[in-house]
Amino acid sequence: MSGIRIDGLVKQWGDMRAVDEVSFSVGEGTLTVLLGPSGCGKSTILRLIAGLESADGGRVRIGGDDVTRLDPARRRVSMVFQSYALFPHLDVRENILFGLKVRRVDASEREARLVEAAKMVGLESLLHRKPAQLSGGQRQRVALARTIVSKQPVCLMDEPLSNLDAKLRAEMRDEIHRLQRELNLTMLYVTHDQIEAMSMADQVVLLRDGRIEQIGEPAWLYEHPQSEFAAQFLGTPPMNVLPLSSIDATVAGADGAAKLGVRPEKLRLADTGLPVEVAAVDYMGAETVLRLVHRGRALMARVEGRTHVAPGDTLHVAWDPADVHLFDERGRRVRDRKA
Amino acid sequence: MGPTSNIMRHVYGWLLLTPAAILLIGFTHYPTVATVYESLFSKGSAIRPSRFIGAGNYESMMEDPIFWKVLSNNLWFAIGTIPTSVALAIGMALLVNRALPGRSLLRLAYFTPTILPMIAVANIWLFFYSPDIGLIDRLLGLFGLPGHNWLGDPDTVLPAIIVMTIWKEAGFFMIFYLAALQHLPPELKEAARLEGASRWYYFRRVVFPLLMPTTLFVLINAVLNSFKLVDHLFVLTKGGPDNASNLLLYYIYETAFSYFDTNYAATLTAVLLAILAVLALAQFFLLDKRIHYR
Ligand SMILES: Nc1ncnc2c1ncn2[C@@H]1O[C@H](COP(=O)(O)OP(=O)(O)O)[C@@H](O)[C@H]1O
Ligand SMILES: [Mg+2]
Repeated sequence: MSGIRIDGLVKQWGDMRAVDEVSFSVGEGTLTVLLGPSGCGKSTILRLIAGLESADGGRVRIGGDDVTRLDPARRRVSMVFQSYALFPHLDVRENILFGLKVRRVDASEREARLVEAAKMVGLESLLHRKPAQLSGGQRQRVALARTIVSKQPVCLMDEPLSNLDAKLRAEMRDEIHRLQRELNLTMLYVTHDQIEAMSMADQVVLLRDGRIEQIGEPAWLYEHPQSEFAAQFLGTPPMNVLPLSSIDATVAGADGAAKLGVRPEKLRLADTGLPVEVAAVDYMGAETVLRLVHRGRALMARVEGRTHVAPGDTLHVAWDPADVHLFDERGRRVRDRKA
Repeated sequence: MGPTSNIMRHVYGWLLLTPAAILLIGFTHYPTVATVYESLFSKGSAIRPSRFIGAGNYESMMEDPIFWKVLSNNLWFAIGTIPTSVALAIGMALLVNRALPGRSLLRLAYFTPTILPMIAVANIWLFFYSPDIGLIDRLLGLFGLPGHNWLGDPDTVLPAIIVMTIWKEAGFFMIFYLAALQHLPPELKEAARLEGASRWYYFRRVVFPLLMPTTLFVLINAVLNSFKLVDHLFVLTKGGPDNASNLLLYYIYETAFSYFDTNYAATLTAVLLAILAVLALAQFFLLDKRIHYR
C-alpha cells in the first residue's frame, strides 16, 4: 500500500493561495504528472506531500496513513530535485549512501544496495568522482540512484529534466519511466513540459493558478479538453480557438457555445471553407506548420511533408465537424456534439 | 604583425605595469630587503658607528629573554583567540542565517565591534576591566565577590586581552561565514531532512565541510591578525605588567621607538616576516587538501 491521496490541500503564501483546494490520488505503482505553467503551484504541492512545507488545509495520505503532520523522513518518500541537490564535497558513492548512513542501514546492506543501484543507472565506473566532475546527465543519474537505494515506495520528482539538453532529456525520460515500472514506484512527477507529461504519465493533473483544471489520462486530456486553457496548453502548436462570431458560423445543437477549437493537424487545405491568408510557412521535415491569418486572427495548420503554399497566398481551410471542440464565453467546454 | 608593432606592444604592456610595480617595489619589496639588510648591522652610537656583524643580532636575539617571552605570549594569544573566535563566528552565522524576527538587528549587533577602531574597543574594555569602578568588578560586587585588577595582574592580563580580541574579531569572521552560508543551496538541507538527518549531522557532514574555503580564509586572517593587532596594547597595558601582555609586534615598536635600536628592531621584524610567511604557506598547503572548491 503506497498510493498517494490528497484531499482539499491548501497552501497560502500571505494573501496568495498557491494551492487552492487540490484533491487527487495517485494509484500504487503508477506515474502521475503534475503539469502546468510556471508558478501554478506544482512544486508547492510536491513539497506539501514531501512534508517540506506545511499545509494550511486539507490532508495528505500515503498508503492509507494520514501523513499531513508527519516528519518528512517518516513519510516513506524519496525526492529528486530540479538541481539534483548533490553534496558537492562528497563523491558519487557517498552521495548515494548519504541517506542510508543517516538511517543507520548496516554496512553490508548499504554496499549491496549501492552496487545494485549503480548498475541500474550505469554509474559503476564513476563512484569516486565528485559531482563537479560529472556531466548533467550523470548528476541526474546520481540523484536517481539515491532514490533507488532509499527503497522508498513513493518517489517525488520536481522538474528533474529541466537542466538537461533536448537529446539527453528524451533519454533520461525513458530511463526514469523504465525505473518507475521496474521498481513499481508510485511516482508524482512535476513538469511544465507537456511532451514529458504525454509520453510518461498514467494520469495527468493539469493545474492553473493553484487549482486543478483537468485530470485524466493523457489521451483524454488531448482529445477532450474541458477548457480552452487545457486545449491550448496541450499540443504543439496549440489548438486554434476562434470566436464563432468571427467565422460566420453557427453550430447546430450547441447552446451557449461562443468559441470553436480545432487542432492544427485537423485543418485541411481545401477549395472551400474558411478563407485565410498565409503569413509564414515553417518547414520541419516530416511536417510543415502554416501560420495563417483569418480576419486578423492567427491560426495554425499542420500538414504532412512539404507543401507548395507560400507566404502571401490566400486559400481556404476546412475541418471535419467531429474534430470541433466548443467552448462557452468563459472558456468551459460545451457538451460534446452527438453525430 | 610587424616587428615594430610587436615591440610597441611590449612597451605598452610595461608602461601599464609600471605604476603598480613602482608602488609594490617602493613600499613592499624594498623595505623588506632593507630590513633584512639592516638586521645584519650593529646599533650605531655617537662614539661607535654601526658596523656589519653578520648574524650577530640574531645570536643576541636568541639570548634575549624578552624575545622568548613575547613569542610565547603571541603563541598563547593565537591559541586563545583563534579557535574560539572562529567557533563563535560559525555559531553566530548559523543563528542569524535562520529566519528569525529581528535578525538584521542581530546581525548588526554582532558586526558592530568590527566597525569600531581597535583603539575605541580598547577604551570600552578599559572601562570594563578597571579595578573596582569597572563594569566587571561592579557586576562581581553585586554578587558579593571581590574585585580584581584584571589588567594589572600578570596572570590575568593576557586572558583579559584575549577575551577582548575575541569580542572584536568574531563578528568580523561571522560576516564571511554568513555570506558562505547564504550560498549553500537550500535543497541540500531539504535532501538531508527527507532522510531524517539531524541538524548536528547535517552541520557536521555537509555545512562544515562546505565552509572549509571560508574557514581557510578566516584562519589565515586570524593568524595574521594575532601578530598584527597590537593597537589595544597602547591603550590598555603597554605590554605590561612585566611584559606579561607584550606581543612581538609591540616589542618591535618599543625596540625601535623607545630604545631606538633600529637594527635589533629590523632583526625582530625579519623574524616576524618569516613566521608569517611560514604560517601562511603551511595553512594553505595543509588545508588545501581538505577543501572543496567547486
Ligand atoms: N516560499 C515561498 N514564499 C512565498 N511564495 C512562494 C514560495 N514558494 C512559492 N511561492 C509562490 O507560490 C506560487 C507557486 O509556486 P510553485 O509551486 O513554485 O510553482 P511551480 O512549481 O508550478 O512553478 C508562485 O506564485 C510562487 O511565487
Ligand atoms: Mg517549480
